[in-house]
Amino acid sequence: MPPIRLEGLVKRYGAVEVLHGIDLDMAEHEFTVLVGPSGCGKSTTLRMIAGLEDISAGEIWMGERAVSNLDPKDRDIAMVFQDYALYPHMNVAKNMSFSLRLQKRPKAEIDRKVRDVAEMLGLSPFLDRKPGELSGGQRQRVAMGRALCRDASTFLFDEPLSNLDAKLRGQMRAELALMRQSVKKNMIYVTHDQIEAMTLADRIVVMHGGHIQQQGTPTELFRNPANKFVAGFLGAPPMNFLDAILVSQGGDLMAQGKGFALRLPPALAARATKLAYKQVTLGLRPSDLEYVPDAPEGAGLNLKVIVSEYVGAQSVLICDCGDARVTVEIKSETPIALGETLRFAVRPEGLHLFDPKTEVAI
Amino acid sequence: MTRFSANRLTPYLFAAPAALVMLLALFYPIGYMIWGSFRAWDPSQSITETEFVGLANYARLLADPAFHESFWVTLVFAFSVVSVEMVLGVSLALLLDRKIRGMSLLRTLFILPMMIAPVVVGLVWRYMFHQSYGTINRMLEAVGLPKVDWLGQNPLLSVIIADVWQWTPFIFILSLAALQSLPRSALEAARIDGATTMQQIWHIKLPLMAPVLIVTLLLRLIDAFKVLEVILVLTGGGPGLQTEILALRIARTAREFRELGEAAAMSNMLLMLLMVLTLGMFAFTRWQEARARRLRFTKEEEG
Ligand SMILES: Nc1ncnc2c1ncn2[C@@H]1O[C@H](COP(=O)(O)OP(=O)(O)O)[C@@H](O)[C@H]1O
Ligand SMILES: [Mg+2]
Repeated sequence: MPPIRLEGLVKRYGAVEVLHGIDLDMAEHEFTVLVGPSGCGKSTTLRMIAGLEDISAGEIWMGERAVSNLDPKDRDIAMVFQDYALYPHMNVAKNMSFSLRLQKRPKAEIDRKVRDVAEMLGLSPFLDRKPGELSGGQRQRVAMGRALCRDASTFLFDEPLSNLDAKLRGQMRAELALMRQSVKKNMIYVTHDQIEAMTLADRIVVMHGGHIQQQGTPTELFRNPANKFVAGFLGAPPMNFLDAILVSQGGDLMAQGKGFALRLPPALAARATKLAYKQVTLGLRPSDLEYVPDAPEGAGLNLKVIVSEYVGAQSVLICDCGDARVTVEIKSETPIALGETLRFAVRPEGLHLFDPKTEVAI
Repeated sequence: MTRFSANRLTPYLFAAPAALVMLLALFYPIGYMIWGSFRAWDPSQSITETEFVGLANYARLLADPAFHESFWVTLVFAFSVVSVEMVLGVSLALLLDRKIRGMSLLRTLFILPMMIAPVVVGLVWRYMFHQSYGTINRMLEAVGLPKVDWLGQNPLLSVIIADVWQWTPFIFILSLAALQSLPRSALEAARIDGATTMQQIWHIKLPLMAPVLIVTLLLRLIDAFKVLEVILVLTGGGPGLQTEILALRIARTAREFRELGEAAAMSNMLLMLLMVLTLGMFAFTRWQEARARRLRFTKEEEG
């Protein structure tokens, strides 16, 4: 199972460059998730790894092997497509065994493999059915099964769950998380859904506009986003951004804006004092705010609740803060009323600052 | 209540004029032909003056070696042109289904023969097949091969070549359209699964094109049974009866032998043959629709 390395990968369609030099090192058996908004170049990157798209510049390494001139079939990969790409005229068993049959493996071996994989994915009752006679979720499993039947060293997934309804998607996500513990392979998984990325990944690679924005473990990216894009993309509901000015007050550095003044924790303050500018963007996650009526000066802010969205154990409040909107996540049993102005405490480690021009984290 | 029944009648009222035209323009001539096939009928007689002879016309045909010969020639012609055209047309489509500069021009050139009037095709090929100054023999000579007496010694082969030249493009464009509507991702999946170009064609492309190919084949077959102009101009059915296909024999029976009844009987037999083919085609599309419906149904069931 060779580790995969992308080196300055560039893709141009005619005169339009859609990938601007992707550098990425994936460790062995790592579950790597490429995540980003639609159109950012995730699928293109994956298809270049698969060999379905030509490479305009750069190189792909699998172990010591440069593979950019190899056919897909010589790259030792299996792939699950967004639309499943099942062979409509073959039944489930034939779909799953297609590649093994092409390799002219012994029939007994093929049968055993198909049976095992079907067993694992709960497809045994459907082996004789054609894809058209299956539900969306079952087709999705067949697509997985077809990839699993191959003994490829690397698995590529292109938004495999995006055509499923929300409930099924959650279920399949859990099964995938389970499967990746037992299947020791390199996995590269493309999605636009940050929840899938957070739950499945060993390493998340956030992409935007044909560039890698940041890569690292889910916790790293969630705790220390490198820029405003990553901060806003990961986490739901998304991070709040407020305009603020840095002011010194009694030896402390404060981020001050319309209707709030928050004291920066020492580490952040140390970095912020070195800045040549005073205007910053303050980032606050909805989950880092807490309803504390008597939060002290500099550690909390007053928000006027305008909408409350009940989502079960949690409620999401949309509040006014000066002329900006702030979302807050609270426990549903917290007694609040619409139109009230309440005081929320901010967890000090939940404060993020960004350069308003470059959007890089401070 | 009245409104309700009027609403139910509306579609039939709209269809009525078309049905009437069809009755007059389609079934009347066919009925006339079937009626005529049971009578001894000279072109100078009106049908009311003719004598009813029962199945005599059919009986005579079944015993007539010239009819047998003609029937056989028609079968050989139809099945050979359609098989060659299918193989060539589909192969060309598979070959030209790629994104290369100038491909659209090439595709347009390929369908040119289909746009030429069959009579002209016959004339052009007659010239090309000419024993001494025909293009083909001159080319054979140029590369040092002996001349071939195309229309004299190999008349059936010659008309088959001309028909293949004219109608391969038909199969080509339909196959190309079918190819280009294949699910792209399934082909990509096959590439990743390790299928070579030939294996992709054999295991994925052809099976998925099959519905279109079968309909195309039937359409071509029906058409090939009725071919007339090219052969009329190229060989006139000769030498002897070697290229006298049914359509030509029908025309001759009616005009030269002045046996309208027998010609009608022959037409009826051709019609029945074509009906069997057409019913086959309908049965096939029916079966396909039923299958599609069943698939849709299972999908809807699952929400
Ligand atoms: N065949 C193509 N021709 C031109 N542009 C393309 C083609 N395929 C993709 N693109 C462009 O490349 C960019 C990245 O596409 P893609 O990798 O599919 O994005 P996503 O991250 O949604 O998977 C998009 O802006 C898209 O418009
Ligand atoms: Mg995509």
